[in-house]
Amino acid sequence: MEYLIRFAQVHETFRRPELEALATVTGVDLEIIHYSQYSPYCLVRLPDEAAARALISRCILAKDIYELWGQGANYEEVYADVRRRTQARWAEYRDVSFRFAVDCFAGKRSQAAKTDIIQSFSFLGFEGPIRMKDVDEEFAVLEEYVSDVEAKAPTATTTTTTEPSPIPVDEGQEPKKIYFGRWVALSGRHAISKYDLKKRRYISTTSMDAELSLVTANMALAAPGKVFFDPFVGTGSFCVAAAHFGALTLGSDIDGRSFRGRDPAPGKPTGVMLNFEQYGLKSKFMDTFTSDLTHTPLLNRPILDGIICDPPYGVREGLRVLGTRDGRPREPRFVDGVPAHQLPGFVAPRKPYGFEAMLNDILNFAARSLVTDGRLSMWMPTASDEDGELAIPKHPNLEVISVSVQSFGNWSRRLITYKRLPEGFVSDMTVRRQKVDDEGVNADDLNAFRRMYFTRNKGGEN
Amino acid sequence: MKVLTANFITCAIKDCKASPKSFPLHFQNAELELQELEFQPDFLRHILPRIDWDSLRVTANELGFPSIPETKPEGEELNNEELLRNLHQLLLETQVMEGKLVCDNCGHEYMIKEGIANFLLPSHLV
Ligand SMILES: [Zn+2]
Repeated sequence: MEYLIRFAQVHETFRRPELEALATVTGVDLEIIHYSQYSPYCLVRLPDEAAARALISRCILAKDIYELWGQGANYEEVYADVRRRTQARWAEYRDVSFRFAVDCFAGKRSQAAKTDIIQSFSFLGFEGPIRMKDVDEEFAVLEEYVSDVEAKAPTATTTTTTEPSPIPVDEGQEPKKIYFGRWVALSGRHAISKYDLKKRRYISTTSMDAELSLVTANMALAAPGKVFFDPFVGTGSFCVAAAHFGALTLGSDIDGRSFRGRDPAPGKPTGVMLNFEQYGLKSKFMDTFTSDLTHTPLLNRPILDGIICDPPYGVREGLRVLGTRDGRPREPRFVDGVPAHQLPGFVAPRKPYGFEAMLNDILNFAARSLVTDGRLSMWMPTASDEDGELAIPKHPNLEVISVSVQSFGNWSRRLITYKRLPEGFVSDMTVRRQKVDDEGVNADDLNAFRRMYFTRNKGGEN
Repeated sequence: MKVLTANFITCAIKDCKASPKSFPLHFQNAELELQELEFQPDFLRHILPRIDWDSLRVTANELGFPSIPETKPEGEELNNEELLRNLHQLLLETQVMEGKLVCDNCGHEYMIKEGIANFLLPSHLV
């Protein structure tokens, strides 16, 4: 059966990978027949309606899914296609209550024109009551015009950035493609509003927004029965998103205050726990603990189903890990016979940490601690002039599943999703990031991205 | 800190990780709290293969939890609701709010305060 998915026209390079991840996590056999970054309409083949519902129910970047009744480049083609595909089923729908909708992407129709379009489908012979609410069936005419964004694009396939919303073409123009479908199910997109940061109890300026947190959790296949970990948990956006999809979530951070909250009140929930309470997800909260990924207490065993993170790339304050600046250990200090590091308020020594070293540590950690087919979904900033494929860090035990890009003009960030390969399999390492950190002891020496970001942004240009 | 988490962690000191003596870490002066949580039998069935059973028995004993089976439940036993409810209580509902986790290999003590364990190391250990 062919179905039509209506996407939101946002985060285009995330849409197809999210859909494919959901096919994996729901075990649905998905074939994408037609997809374009310029269009919200994506044509797919699925075994049945149950599969369509399962696939779309937790999709964040889609709005809904329709059973395809017909398509064409003009209305005559659509009518003929609808007859060919569905004429034998029209009787089933003869007496149900129903309504029709006309949706124009990058185009406009007057109300009178929409009514005419709806009237033109009267050959279907539906005799049931027409209602606006509580209808048995909804049918939709979905028109797609050539958007100005698409018309201006240099080549149709190479652009990967998030495009601005298209401006509708003037009335009177004809669409380039028309679909007619029977509405089947709503997506999981409503979760964006539920988890809106504006309504969340505990956040910080670095909290990832609800939409992209949820997409990240989908890419990593968060689901009931699984254990998910965020090694840079902060205010817990990813843990909340993974918990929304049913995973039990664990988080750590080198800065305990980030997940505990600034002013914890003894005996009262604070920090990340406030958010789990707010959303009724307490049973999906496993733990948070204070640690540094370079000295993690987690076992070197496959115990995690998913790792999702937005590592602190040190754009603001430079990266830090445990250690001393000169690399020499300090003698343990004692205060009244108690080791200083056991006293409240002890601040562990930190040393600057390189960007490349951190990427390698994350991949090595993922390779050690993910179960087979477990996933790592990691955000990473990139300079806009960095070579795409070469910029992707790789690891022999991890296969790159998808790379999505969110562009901010002078820099962009990518969401890279990896799968842990079974023992004995090795991923393609021929094209890979082969960078090492520069020698140095301060944050700028060690962080090419931070250096570049600050240099570019000085003087207010670009 | 939950007992499930304790079954997934060891000493954060790199030289210790390789030593079998570093796992499990041992609870000392543990103050426990029981937090009632939704029973998730499917989760337990899914997670049991990853549990180190001998270590879990050590931890349960240290926390004064009533004895748990000598061997890891499998097959038909995974449909025994009473057994799963007991495991749910031990692994997910039992929280260590205050106390220490101690490494048997190096003797290092990790403090737990208000349910949160701190694994940051002093400079002579990194
Ligand atoms: Zn140790």
